[in-house]
Amino acid sequence: MSARAPLIRARNLPFAATVVIFLAAYAFCVAQFPNMLSTRVAGNLLTDNAFLGIAAVGMTFVILSGGIDLSIGSVIAFTSVFVAVLVRAGVHPAAAFALALAVSTLFGAAMGLMIHGLSMPPFVVTLAGMFLARGAAFLISTESVPISHPFLDQLTGLYYLLPGKGRLTFLGLLMLGVFLLGSLVAGRTRFGANVYALGGGIQSAELMGVPIRRTTIQLYALSGFLAGLAGLAYTLYTSAGYSLATVGVELDAIAAVVVGGTLLTGGSGLVAGTFFGLMIQGLIQTYIVFDGTLSSWWTKIVVGLLLFLFIVLRRVILLFHERTGRSTDQRAFAGG
Amino acid sequence: MTREALLESRGISKSFFGIRALANVDFEVRAGEIHALLGENGAGKSTLVKILTGAYRRDAGTIALEGRPVSPRDVGEAQDLGIGTVYQEVNLLENLTVAENLYLGRQPRRFGLIDRRRMEREAKALLAGYGLHLDVGESLSHYSVAVRQIIAIARAADLSGKVLFLDEPTASLDAREVDLVFGILRELRSRGLGIVIITHFLDQVYAIADRVTVLRNGERVGCRAIADLPKRDLIGMMLGRELDEETHHRAEISAEAAHAPAPIRFRDFGKRGSVAPFDLDARPGEVVGIAGLLGSGRSETAFLLFGIDRADSGHLEIDGREVPLASPPEAVKLGFGFCPEDRKTDGIIADLSVRENIILALQARRGWAKPLSPREQAEIARKYIRALDIRPPVAERPIKFLSGGNQQKVILARWLATDPRFLILDEPTRGIDIGAHAEIIRLIEQLCAEGMALVVISSELEELVAYSHRVVVLSDRRHVRELRGAEISTQSIMAAMAADPEESAA
Repeated sequence: MSARAPLIRARNLPFAATVVIFLAAYAFCVAQFPNMLSTRVAGNLLTDNAFLGIAAVGMTFVILSGGIDLSIGSVIAFTSVFVAVLVRAGVHPAAAFALALAVSTLFGAAMGLMIHGLSMPPFVVTLAGMFLARGAAFLISTESVPISHPFLDQLTGLYYLLPGKGRLTFLGLLMLGVFLLGSLVAGRTRFGANVYALGGGIQSAELMGVPIRRTTIQLYALSGFLAGLAGLAYTLYTSAGYSLATVGVELDAIAAVVVGGTLLTGGSGLVAGTFFGLMIQGLIQTYIVFDGTLSSWWTKIVVGLLLFLFIVLRRVILLFHERTGRSTDQRAFAGG
Repeated sequence: MTREALLESRGISKSFFGIRALANVDFEVRAGEIHALLGENGAGKSTLVKILTGAYRRDAGTIALEGRPVSPRDVGEAQDLGIGTVYQEVNLLENLTVAENLYLGRQPRRFGLIDRRRMEREAKALLAGYGLHLDVGESLSHYSVAVRQIIAIARAADLSGKVLFLDEPTASLDAREVDLVFGILRELRSRGLGIVIITHFLDQVYAIADRVTVLRNGERVGCRAIADLPKRDLIGMMLGRELDEETHHRAEISAEAAHAPAPIRFRDFGKRGSVAPFDLDARPGEVVGIAGLLGSGRSETAFLLFGIDRADSGHLEIDGREVPLASPPEAVKLGFGFCPEDRKTDGIIADLSVRENIILALQARRGWAKPLSPREQAEIARKYIRALDIRPPVAERPIKFLSGGNQQKVILARWLATDPRFLILDEPTRGIDIGAHAEIIRLIEQLCAEGMALVVISSELEELVAYSHRVVVLSDRRHVRELRGAEISTQSIMAAMAADPEESAA
C-alpha cells in the first residue's frame, strides 16, 4: 500500500559514509599496529579530542542552521585565560567556571542578536567576534598562566577504568555527554527542528512560523556556551590558560562537522556524524604518533582530502536524488 | 444568495509611500466555496491577500471572520484565527521530512521530547485523507512539485481550517497534477472551508471556482458568480474596457511588402512547458504586436525569440537561410535587440552611468577584446541622449537616478546603438508616466518608419491597436490568432483571447 522506508535514506548516506570510513580507517590502523585496538588508545582518543569535540557540537548546530561561528577558537582561549587568572586571584574554580560560561554564553547570544537584528552574514559577525575575543584574551594576559588547585586535580584525576587499563577520563566523559545531549536536542526538540528549518531557508522557515529571532539568538548562545565549555576542558587538559592557544580550532571544528557528513550550507546532517568526523581526525593523529616517522602535517593533508571527498559525495547524492525522485512520486499516487 | 460570509472585508485601503495600492476594496468569502481573485499585474491582488493573511497592515477598512472583527498582526496570528496561506513558491522546507514539514512548530511531544513515531503516524493519516500515500519519513526534496503543493495545502488546511488563500497554486504543474490539486480543493470545499485562489489561468477559474472577484488598479471591479459570467465579459472586467468601445486602427503596410517573403522567419518555434510551437514573420518597417493576458506566454515568446530560452522545436530562417539561435549573444550577432519587461532586474545596471548602460550591448557585440575608446563612447552616449531626449542629459549620471521613462529610453538607446534589424520590446510603456508614454510610442513608430522590424509586447490594448500592423494573440501559452490590418481592434483582440483554444486551433 504505502512505500516502505528504505534501510538508509539518501540524506543519511553521508553519515553512513563517515562511519564506514572511520571503521575502515581503524581497521587499517589496527592491521598496521595491532596495539591501536586497545581501550587505552580509545580512552586517549576521547581525552585528547575532548575540547575540540565539545566545540564541534556547537559548530554542528550553527552549520546545520546555515551559519558559521568563527569565534570558537578565540572564545576557548579567552575562557582559559579568564579562568586561569581568576583562579590565581583566589576565586574558587567552580565559581570561575560558572562565570566563564556565563560570559561566553552571553557573548554568543550577543553575536546571534547582531546577526538577526542587523541581518548581517554570520561569517562577518563571528569574524568580528573572533578578533574581539582574542583581543580580550590578550588584554587579560599575554603570558601562559599555569594554575593548580585541588579542585582541578580532583576533576582531572577522575576516571573510569576500562577493561584493558584504558581510562575514560572526566574530559572524555564530558565530551561524550555533550555529544549525547547535542544529539537529543538536534533530533528530538522543537529547537532542534527549528535549527534544521533555518538551514533549509530562512524565508520559508519564517513563513512556516519558525521564530527566527529567538532561534538565532539561542543558537549562537549555545555555540558560545559550548565554546566556553570547550575552553574549560582545554584549561583542565593543559592546566593553564594561554591567550595564544587554539588559534584556528574553529577550522578544525568545521572540518570535523563536514567530514561528519553535515552539509556546509546547512539543513542536513547529524550531531553523531560530527563525533565520527572528530574521531577520524584523532585517528590520523594517533596513527602518526604510532608510526613515528611521519610529519604531523599529514593530518592536515588527509583531512583536506576527506573534505574534498565529502564535497564530491554530496554532489553525487544530489544527482542520484534527482534521478530517483520521480519514480517514488508515481508510487505515491498508485497507492491511493 | 442567503449564505453568510465566512471572511468579510469592507473598505480596505492601503498605500505604499503615498502610492495607492488598494482603494476601498470589499471582498468576501463564504464557507464551502472556491473564490477566484483575478486581476492583471499591479491590480492589487497580492496586497489584498497579504492584508487578509496578516502579512501587511491595512490603512483603513474592516475585516470580520465569522461575523467577529479581526485584525491579524502577522501570519502566525492569522493562522491561529483560521486563515491559512499557501504561497506561489511552495513554502515548505525541502531538507526536512514530509512529517516534519507538516508538523513544524507543533510537533507532538512526550516527556518534552518530540515523539517522532507519533508525528509520522499522524502525518501518514493526514495525507491518506487526501489520497496520498507516501513515506513521510523521507525528505521533501524527494517528491515532485505537485506532491509538495498538496503537502503545503494539507499543512495549511490542518493548521488553519477556516479560510485558505492559495497564490498561483498551479503555476508550475502539468495538467494531470492540476487535476490532482483541484480534486483536493474540492474535497476541502466539501468540508466547509472557504478557499480563495489567485490564478491567471482563466480556464482553471471556470473549471473550479464558484465565484470570482476582479480587481483593477487597486479597486474592485465586481464580484460575480462564475456560472453566469461569459469569458469575454470576465476579460473585459480584467482589462477594463467596454466591449463595444470604438477603436481605430492606423497603419497597414503595402500589399506587396506584406506578401513578399519575410526576411526573418520563425517556423514552428516553441519550447515544451513554455510556449506551444508558433510561426512568426518579421518584416522591416512592420510592428508585430503581441497581446495576451498575464501568463499567456507573452514574455516567454520574447525569451524564445531572443534565445534566452532555447527553443526545442522549429527553426529560424534569416534571408532564406536557416541559422541557429541558442543564446542572447547569438541573437545579438544576428542583429536582434531585446528590451525586457522588468527594467529593474533584467535591464538596467543601476550603479553604472547612462553612458556605460548605453554602450553595453554594442561593446558586447564587438567583443571585449576591442574596447570602444572613451571618445567613441562619449559620442555614442551624446548622440542617443539627444536623439531620444533623455533627461537629464548627463552621460555620467548613474542610471538609477533617472525616472522610469528615461531608464526605458536608455535601454532602447543601448539596442539602437547596435543598429539592430529586429527589436523586441516587452512592455515598453509599463510603469512610466503619461508624457514619456507618448514619447515611447512615437519612437516605436519612428523606428518602424526607418525600416526596423519590431515585435512589441503590451497589455495596453489601445496602444497595440494604434501602432501594430499585425497583432498576434496569445492564450494559454499558445499563439491562437493573428489579426492584421483592419481586423485589429481592442474588441477583436479580446474576442480572440476569450475563444476556446480548441476552437481557434481548428
